[in-house]
Amino acid sequence: MNTEKHIVSSFDRDLEGVQAMVMKMGGLVEAAMLDAAEALDTRDIELAARVRRGDKVIDELEERIHEECARLIALRSPTASDLRTVLTVMRIAANLERCGDYAKNLAKRVPVLNEMAIVAGATGSIRRMTRTVVLLLKDALDAYIMRDAHMAQDVRLRDQEVDQMYNAIFREFLTHMLEDTRNITACMHLHFIAKNIERVGDHATGVAEQVIYLVTGAMPDDERPKDSAIPAIGTEAG
Amino acid sequence: MNDMRIADRTVSSDTAKMTARGVQVYYGENHALKDVDIDILGGTVTAFIGPSGCGKSTFLRCLNRMNDTVSIARVLGEIKLDGEDIYDKSVDPVTLRARVGMVFQKPNPFPKSIYDNVAYGPKIHGLTKSKAELDQVVETSLKKAALWNEVKDRLHAPGTGLSGGQQQRLCIARAIATSPEVLLMDEPCSALDPIATAQVEELIDELRSQFSVVIVTHSMQQAARVSQRTAFFHLGHLVEYGETGQIFTNPQDPRTESYITGRIG
Repeated sequence: MNTEKHIVSSFDRDLEGVQAMVMKMGGLVEAAMLDAAEALDTRDIELAARVRRGDKVIDELEERIHEECARLIALRSPTASDLRTVLTVMRIAANLERCGDYAKNLAKRVPVLNEMAIVAGATGSIRRMTRTVVLLLKDALDAYIMRDAHMAQDVRLRDQEVDQMYNAIFREFLTHMLEDTRNITACMHLHFIAKNIERVGDHATGVAEQVIYLVTGAMPDDERPKDSAIPAIGTEAG
Repeated sequence: MNDMRIADRTVSSDTAKMTARGVQVYYGENHALKDVDIDILGGTVTAFIGPSGCGKSTFLRCLNRMNDTVSIARVLGEIKLDGEDIYDKSVDPVTLRARVGMVFQKPNPFPKSIYDNVAYGPKIHGLTKSKAELDQVVETSLKKAALWNEVKDRLHAPGTGLSGGQQQRLCIARAIATSPEVLLMDEPCSALDPIATAQVEELIDELRSQFSVVIVTHSMQQAARVSQRTAFFHLGHLVEYGETGQIFTNPQDPRTESYITGRIG
């Protein structure tokens, strides 16, 4: 990657500016995910409400990033690694915006679930899975800042762990529902939450792939090892 | 994916129209061009980019032996047009320049009528047999240069009375009147306004169905817009040569990257 400065220094400032916004967005999304999972686990309605309100800020940041990128393309005509920087910034911002929505969706379900009986162990499992996913997202963003394609590749491979956790949680919920049908409504909500967190892992992988594109100029063409995030339903889960 | 709306990036042929091997140019003691190997493809627009003094214009001038006119210039190595060595003693440079035409940075019409400007080349090379045939060549050339409609009613007005953009298109018409096989353009748009530039660029794109076009330009955006192949020169070396889209999104050499992103001048 090119670490030299541009002759026109305001170009560097513009590029650094949009990247700083993406990093800020990443920090907000990570916090929103962790807070939402904590609110779920501790039944903290106030914290959940704060996460819901906070999503507005994330959405606004994404819009500003798009505007700035449009300006950069129109005014600077970026090429080569500069062009790839602008393109990846836009896609990463879109990935993060979606993750913010998932955190908001999780937070929305907190007051609903508070009205229901606790499903033993469920929110703890979801919180653990959230921590794993947030770490993945954080590493993907760190790989971006450091322009580290190896680290990004590692994130791609680690998404498998999240898929495995999701499959385990899926079975756990199925067991609860089969044991006691009164758990079904809560478990359905919890399952949507788990599925959304699993999707955040996919977005972290998306960010990592953007890092690889930014550094190498090509999207990774190898199939990443996948543990299907669609669990086998039936026999063994019963 | 084969989306028809995406501009045609493919080149009509992958056969080399001109080939250069180990070309060195010295201006006196100054080693201006160092060991350049390149294949200029048929039916393709090739852009030469690079900072001032990098050797791109020098190399362009080698392709039709314009450097012969510079007394201190020495050209070594081999340049072939359709497999024929253009520096061979048997090659007449004047005939060569009819086959490899050139358009310069500043429009330089002859102080003659529009008609005579275009008719000049075919006349001195004896390419036409009758006045009617010559008229036809003038008309066709002006049409190809997208100037015909603007000048057809005043063909005998002086060429120097046209606007800058029209003058440059007149020079292009003059260059293509001898039916060249390769057209060399040395910054053809640097003296033109954006509209005239766009007209010349559109013209270049149309011309490539008939000739190979080689264009030297300081505007990288222009190189990106008009060419299918780009060659980057730096300090007398041909650093990188490849498909234009690849050069502008993912160049392989760090010097190319630095130049096109605006990091070295």
